This record gives sequence, structure tokens and C-alpha cells, in this order.
Amino acid sequence: MDALKHAIDLLSAPTISFTLITVLFPFVFPPGDWFEKIHRKLGFWRIWTKPGLYISLVLITLFFIMGYYDPNFNITLTKPDNFPIILLVYSVVICTWLSMYKAYENDKRMDRGEKPAEYNDPDDKVLVWPDLVYIEFIALIIFMVFLIVWSVLVAAPLEEPANPAATPNPSKAPWYFLGLQEMLVYYDPWLAGVIFPGLIIVGLMAIPYITTSSDNLSGFYSFKERRVGIFLFMYGFLILWIFLIFIGTFFRGPNWNFFGPFEYWDPHKLVPLTNVNLSEYFWVKWIKTGLPSNILLRESIGFISVIIYLGVLPVLLAKYVLNDFLKKVGPVKFSFFVFFGLSMLSLPLKMYLRWMFNLKYIIAIPEWFFNI
Amino acid sequence: MSKKKSKQTLIERMGNSQIWKSIIRSGIPRTRRQRMHAILGSVFLHLHPARLPKHAVKIGYTWCMGGLSFFLFVVLTITGIMLMFYYRPTVEYAYTDIIDLGEQVPLGIMRELHRWGAHAMVLTVWLHMLRVFMTGSYKPPREFNWGVGVLLMTITLFLSFTGYLLPWDQLAIWAVTVGTNMARATPFLGNEGPGAAMLAIGDINLVHAGSDVRFALLGGRFVGEATLLRFYVLHCIGVPFIAMIFMAVHFWRIRKDGGISGPL
Repeated sequence: MDALKHAIDLLSAPTISFTLITVLFPFVFPPGDWFEKIHRKLGFWRIWTKPGLYISLVLITLFFIMGYYDPNFNITLTKPDNFPIILLVYSVVICTWLSMYKAYENDKRMDRGEKPAEYNDPDDKVLVWPDLVYIEFIALIIFMVFLIVWSVLVAAPLEEPANPAATPNPSKAPWYFLGLQEMLVYYDPWLAGVIFPGLIIVGLMAIPYITTSSDNLSGFYSFKERRVGIFLFMYGFLILWIFLIFIGTFFRGPNWNFFGPFEYWDPHKLVPLTNVNLSEYFWVKWIKTGLPSNILLRESIGFISVIIYLGVLPVLLAKYVLNDFLKKVGPVKFSFFVFFGLSMLSLPLKMYLRWMFNLKYIIAIPEWFFNI
Repeated sequence: MSKKKSKQTLIERMGNSQIWKSIIRSGIPRTRRQRMHAILGSVFLHLHPARLPKHAVKIGYTWCMGGLSFFLFVVLTITGIMLMFYYRPTVEYAYTDIIDLGEQVPLGIMRELHRWGAHAMVLTVWLHMLRVFMTGSYKPPREFNWGVGVLLMTITLFLSFTGYLLPWDQLAIWAVTVGTNMARATPFLGNEGPGAAMLAIGDINLVHAGSDVRFALLGGRFVGEATLLRFYVLHCIGVPFIAMIFMAVHFWRIRKDGGISGPL
């Protein structure tokens, strides 16, 4: 048991767990034909069958039971404010599975030339009274009972009275913002706390305007019809949002250091801070001249990299990789799509730059609070 | 009394009474016509169309998540109003009032219902968004309503965030401190944001710790008495007011954009 716990602790380190799920992700939600082939060959499609759901639920439950009986994991797991995260894990797994299960069923039907399961004869409608109002009424009662039972059993959390002089360690934002707080490890607050949340909101709102969608493909579950869209959305939602919340809740201890789920939260854990800026890499390590005093000259390499990433890369993509997509949607939609896509990708990119090269900032101008 | 009349159930008699008929004009909805009238004639139910395609009433398709989000908003409004009877948003009383809510007040689970309901609402809103995305329902002609929905999700998070401060315990002030510290770094508008130093007249900085967007949010330089009042007002009146406007648009547009999505 201890060996298993130790293995889980090691695996859950962001460097390993994030890499694993990122590499596996395109084979679970295959965005293209090649991925689809491997997806079939490796049997990942079984995740979206009924046994797939049962096995995932059993595994998650076993993990939580193990945690409940572990003296260290028990502390974080049984915090009343973390209970919604456990609900979140179950409901997101069940809902993702349900949508993919239904999508695969519909894809099969449409392969046979049938209409999706949601299709009805337009003349064959049901009356809202009683067919819908009763369902709503029953759903409300069940949900209200659930909420009352939850409220009776679990007292709402209340810690000691507010004390501005005693900063708890770790200080965590409300759980639904922990994905953003996790981003703070890799980006400065002006990006992780302001620009990225803004881009998430605007980017989500932009989805229907920048895709090549036609209205006759809406209103039913399907994977085949929109596999690239689902792949991108699910990567953002499941990995960059839900998974980071999970990490932030259970794996981030004192000083925001990483701790495996079964590890003791040692406030004295020492993590060497050896992060180096790109400018220091360039001027000090490679050219060996020391940092120039002119700020813009010092950070010129960083500016050039950012301009290449956001300015040149889209042009290259338009020319060589996404030329079909560009033709379909035109240059304006294409630019927005690539900008939002690259912004989303910049988070995992910075994570890996940090993990592999200890890179702190690409552009580091603390004088102007301008660090990327 | 004829044999037929004696078989009339209590409900039927009630339905034929003048009081009932004055409230629900159609009487007990038995016939197709009466049932449609029950929906059209009710100010609450007429959010719905009178008839729906079959897939629209299946929980497997809708997951009920949009409806539950709205239901939770109503639950939170009602429990929130009750909490407001007891809670005073001052540094002196806030924490002790919260303790009293659990220990002294009858039906002492109102705070639990409110807090867990709020967490549940964040979940149901996210899952509603997931469902809408996975069914492709964000596509034209519903693209505007998807945008309204994204804003409603943001508002839900902000509602939950403003409420987080009110118990005035360690969890509350530090979570809100961590959250609002971000505002300090807003480009141009935060005192530690890039570009803020450019907004200066000569040597006088226009954006400093006493005038930036974080100051506006907190009503001070740190999370204190003014913040508590500010978040209380935002939580109880300001944000719900905005939420209700957007919800009205959201529900209206569901109907105007062709009702619930479905394959053609």
C-alpha cells in the first residue's frame, strides 16, 4: 500500500501528471484521422462505453477511499470547503462521459445513414403540461432534498475570526479560482490574474463566431462532426481548468509548494529557486557580456520571441498548416482563432519552459511591472 | 345528486370552484386545449412554449443543468433574504452573527443551504455550459445567447466570490485578499500593473495604491471594514441585479432563437 501511495505521489507531480494527460489527451479525444486510428487501436474508445464509466468511477472512488484512510490526505479531503471539489470530480467525469457516450452512439447512427437520436418528427410534439412541468417539479424536489441533506450533514466552514496580521500558509483563493492561482506559478499577476481571465471570457464568447459552424449541425451530441472543436474546448475545460483546480486544492501546500496527495504538508519543505530569465540566459550565459543597461536592448530577445510567437507563427500556420481552415473562414476569423489558440497554448508552453530550462521570464522588466 | 356527480373527486370539485377558476382560467388541465392554456396563461410557466419536441424533455439530453442553475438562483435569493435578517456587515458583528446563525437562529441550516447552494450553482453552471457545447447548441442562431451565457457564468463566479468574504473569518479575508491582489496588476489601472507609471502628470502618479482599480474594489488599501460593506452591497443587490437582467435576456433569447436546440 505504501509503495502504491508513493507511486501516486510521484505520478501526481505536475511535471509528470500534466505531461501524461497532455500526451494522452489527443488519443482520448482524437482531433484527426491519425489520432482516431491510434484511439481505436489502443482501445481508448472503451472509455466512452458503459464499462468505461463504471471502471473510472470505481477507480476514482478507490482513490478517495484510500485518501480518507490516509492520515495526510484525510486532512485536505475532509475539509468542508473541499467537498464541492469531490462533487466536481464526479459530476464532470459523469457528464463528460455521458456526452461522449451519446456522441459516439449518434456517430454510429449517422454512419448508418440514420438521423441522430435527438431527431423528432416536427409534428410529433409533447405538451409541456404535463410532460415537462412534472419532470421539472420532480427534479427540483430531488435536488432540494439533496441540498437539505448536504446542509444538515456538513456544517458550512467557519474558521477563526478574520485576522489581518496572521496570513495562513498556504493562502488560497476560492476553489473555482484555483486554476487561475495555479497559473500564477508560471505567469505574473497581470497575465494570470487579469489578461488570461479576460481572454478566457472573450475567447469563450468568440467560439460561435470564429468556427466554421453551420446551424444544421447543432442540437445533438456528436463527436465526429466537431472533433477539433471538442478537442480544444475539452483540453481547456478539463485540463487547464478542472485539473488545475484539482491540483490547486489537493496538491498545493505551504508556500504553494507541490505535495503529493499522501504526503505530509511540511511547511519547511525547501524547493530551490533557480529560475533564470531569458535575458540572463542570452547575455550572461551565451554571449558572456553581462546584462546591458538599456532595458529594451536587454529584453530584445524576449520581445523578438513574443513577436515571433504571436506575429510570425500565425502567418506560418496560415501558410503551411491551417491553410484549409483559413480558406474556409477568411483572414479575420482566422486571426482571432489563432490568437486565442496560441494564448491558450502559452500556458502549457511556459510550464514546460519552466520545468525544462528553469526559465523565469521571457521578457523581464520588473521596473515597469512588465514580465511575461 | 346523480351518480355521475357523486364520483367527482375533491380535486375536480376544487377545480370547478369560482376561486380556482379565477386564478387558473382553464380549470383543471385535462384536455389538450386546457393543458396548452395552463402554460400560456401562467406568468411563470409561459417561459416555456406550450409544446416541445420529444428530445427536449429527456434528462439525458438537457441534464436539467440550466433549469437547476436558475432554481439554485431562486433558492439562494430566498435563503439570502433570510440571512439578511440576522447578518450585519460590520467588522464588529459579522463573525458573531454568522455563529449566531448556526446556534441561535431557528432553522439553523439557512447558511449551509446558502453556501452549499452557491457552490452547487457554480457546478451546475459549468455543466450547463459543457452540455451546450457538446450538443453544438452555441452555433448560429444561438451565438449571441451563448455569449450572454458566458457572461452569466462570470457573474455567477463573481456573486460567489463577493459572498465568500461575508463570514469574515480567516478563510474569507485571505481568499478575497489573494483574489483581489490580482487587481493590483491590472494593466494601466492597477498600481503594480504594466503601463500604470505612464499615467502621470509630471511627477504626480495618477494610478497609485490609493486610487487604482483594487482600491475601488476594496474601498481601501487592504481588505477591511469598507471592503466588507462594499462586497455586501455587491453581493446582495449589485450583482444579483445585473444577473437578473442577463437572465431575462438569456431566457427570452432561448425562445426567440428557436427554442431548445435540436437536429433539423
